[in-house]
Amino acid sequence: MVGGRGLGARTLRLYLPLAVFVILMLFPFYWMLITSIKPNRELYNARIMPLIVHQPTLKHYVDLLSQTNFLTWTYNTLLVAVVTTAVSLVLGTMMAYPLARMNFPGAAVVAIGVAATYLVPQPLLFIPMADIINRLELGNTLKAVMLTYPTLLIPFSAWLLMGYFKSVPRELEEAARIDGASRFQAMTRVILPLCTPGLLSAGIFSFTLAQNEFLYALTFLTKSEVRTVPVGAIAELIRGDVFYWGQLMAAALLGSVPVALIYAFFVEYYVAGLTSGSVKT
Amino acid sequence: MAVRPAPLARPAPVAGRPFTLRGLLEREGVFSWLMLGPGVLFLLAFVAYPFFYGIFLSLEDRPVAAAGVFIGLGNFVALARDAVFWQVTSNTFVYTIVTTILKLIGGLAMALVMNQQFRGKNLARAFLLLPFIVPTVLSTIAWMWILDPTFSVVNWLLVHGGVIKSGFSWLGNATLAMVSIIVVNTWRGMPFYGITLLAGLQTISPDLYEAAAIDGATTRQRFRHVTLPLLKPVLIIVTMFSVIFTFSDFQLVYALTHGGPANATQLFATSAFDIGMSGGQLGLGAAVALSMLPALALVIVGLTLYLRRE
Repeated sequence: MVGGRGLGARTLRLYLPLAVFVILMLFPFYWMLITSIKPNRELYNARIMPLIVHQPTLKHYVDLLSQTNFLTWTYNTLLVAVVTTAVSLVLGTMMAYPLARMNFPGAAVVAIGVAATYLVPQPLLFIPMADIINRLELGNTLKAVMLTYPTLLIPFSAWLLMGYFKSVPRELEEAARIDGASRFQAMTRVILPLCTPGLLSAGIFSFTLAQNEFLYALTFLTKSEVRTVPVGAIAELIRGDVFYWGQLMAAALLGSVPVALIYAFFVEYYVAGLTSGSVKT
Repeated sequence: MAVRPAPLARPAPVAGRPFTLRGLLEREGVFSWLMLGPGVLFLLAFVAYPFFYGIFLSLEDRPVAAAGVFIGLGNFVALARDAVFWQVTSNTFVYTIVTTILKLIGGLAMALVMNQQFRGKNLARAFLLLPFIVPTVLSTIAWMWILDPTFSVVNWLLVHGGVIKSGFSWLGNATLAMVSIIVVNTWRGMPFYGITLLAGLQTISPDLYEAAAIDGATTRQRFRHVTLPLLKPVLIIVTMFSVIFTFSDFQLVYALTHGGPANATQLFATSAFDIGMSGGQLGLGAAVALSMLPALALVIVGLTLYLRRE
């Protein structure tokens, strides 16, 4: 690299902008954390310096867990995310495999269809979908979201996995077939194990998408017992003009924990999933 | 090695292949369609059908709990005469265009900063991506409090920094509310641009920069003539993706402003929700949602074709 090599130049080109980015990106999370442990007399007093906590308390967490349905919402969110991720991985794999490795009539149409369905945003579909869910009498059941989330996750998983499946050399499959493996066995015993990173990426990404989903959950789930965390927090923790900010922040923080944990352990796979669509490696 | 005579009497194959279930399953077309079947049927039932059913609904006067009456383009005519609808249209375009420019510039800057060698790079990348992975509604709740009319920390910093005398009503003023949703959307989406563009930058061979440097190219020239052209495919895909999901954004705005004050931040998606769900006019709501289609279709078709070509 040409240009300044000294510490000053490095500070200007790297440390300073990096610090600005990190502070801007992380400040809201810091704010979430300290708001959730501030007592109300600190939260609602404009005279007190707000950037630090003077007398931390866990009261908001205790209230959140004991006085609201937060634990039920968490259970619902996790259950829906796990079920829909599993379903979408299986169906996504089943779609991606032939699309990536076989020649058959209709392949091009299906491949375009998968890409297009991934790009169709939910706001285009939620009103007709609400009517369909009503006619199926699934309103206010978790089945309603379990049935609709895969519409977002299957095209994504299929598309991501196609890239991974394509990268496995054809010879491996042919060798397995010569040894007497059926097409199905060649897929499950030879190709899928080699594509474990792709399956992990698709799974983790699907899981975070399912945790993030809001519009369908808001539309189909109006009873407290069946709500997910984001819908419950918006619909029930904000009560009239009185804001329970400490509790809200505790909910926002706890609600982010499952995603953050998975992310912390599998960040590489997450980034791979994120960039696979746009960056050829 | 002894030469063995080739076996003369190989079992003669039956004319054609014997028809067996296994043989049938091994045929590429049959196997492929058996695998595709469940997924294709599911997507037809829950994406294609709702899509066309939505078009049908938009042509009806359809209250939520009663039968619909076909009214042709009546809903669209009503929308075209409604000043609020045009405000929603303009809001959506302003929101999409401004945030896209900000995210693109900010994300590119983030990627260029991160593309240097330093210790703790993976950790920094993990932290920078955090806004993008945390559920949108939950982080937006933090922003609601950051922008609170009475206890906004931004106001506190501005007042105590001597920039302003009294705090702004961030979400209560029409212009500031639009600024607010733009800021929060940029905050959430910038890391997506940053990390994806970083991955793109990392695929550019250092040899190219060296060659350019030997030819006497300045830092700026190297950026313009090496980095940008090679980054172009990634830039296009990331931007088109982001445009699709920003143009149809719902949850951030619904949580932060509910489209207010007085529709100042109402977008197509939030307006469709208000009319179709809260107002119970399914037909009119579907028409509002479908109004996104022409602009979206352009980007979706463009991106689908681009991705297929890649």
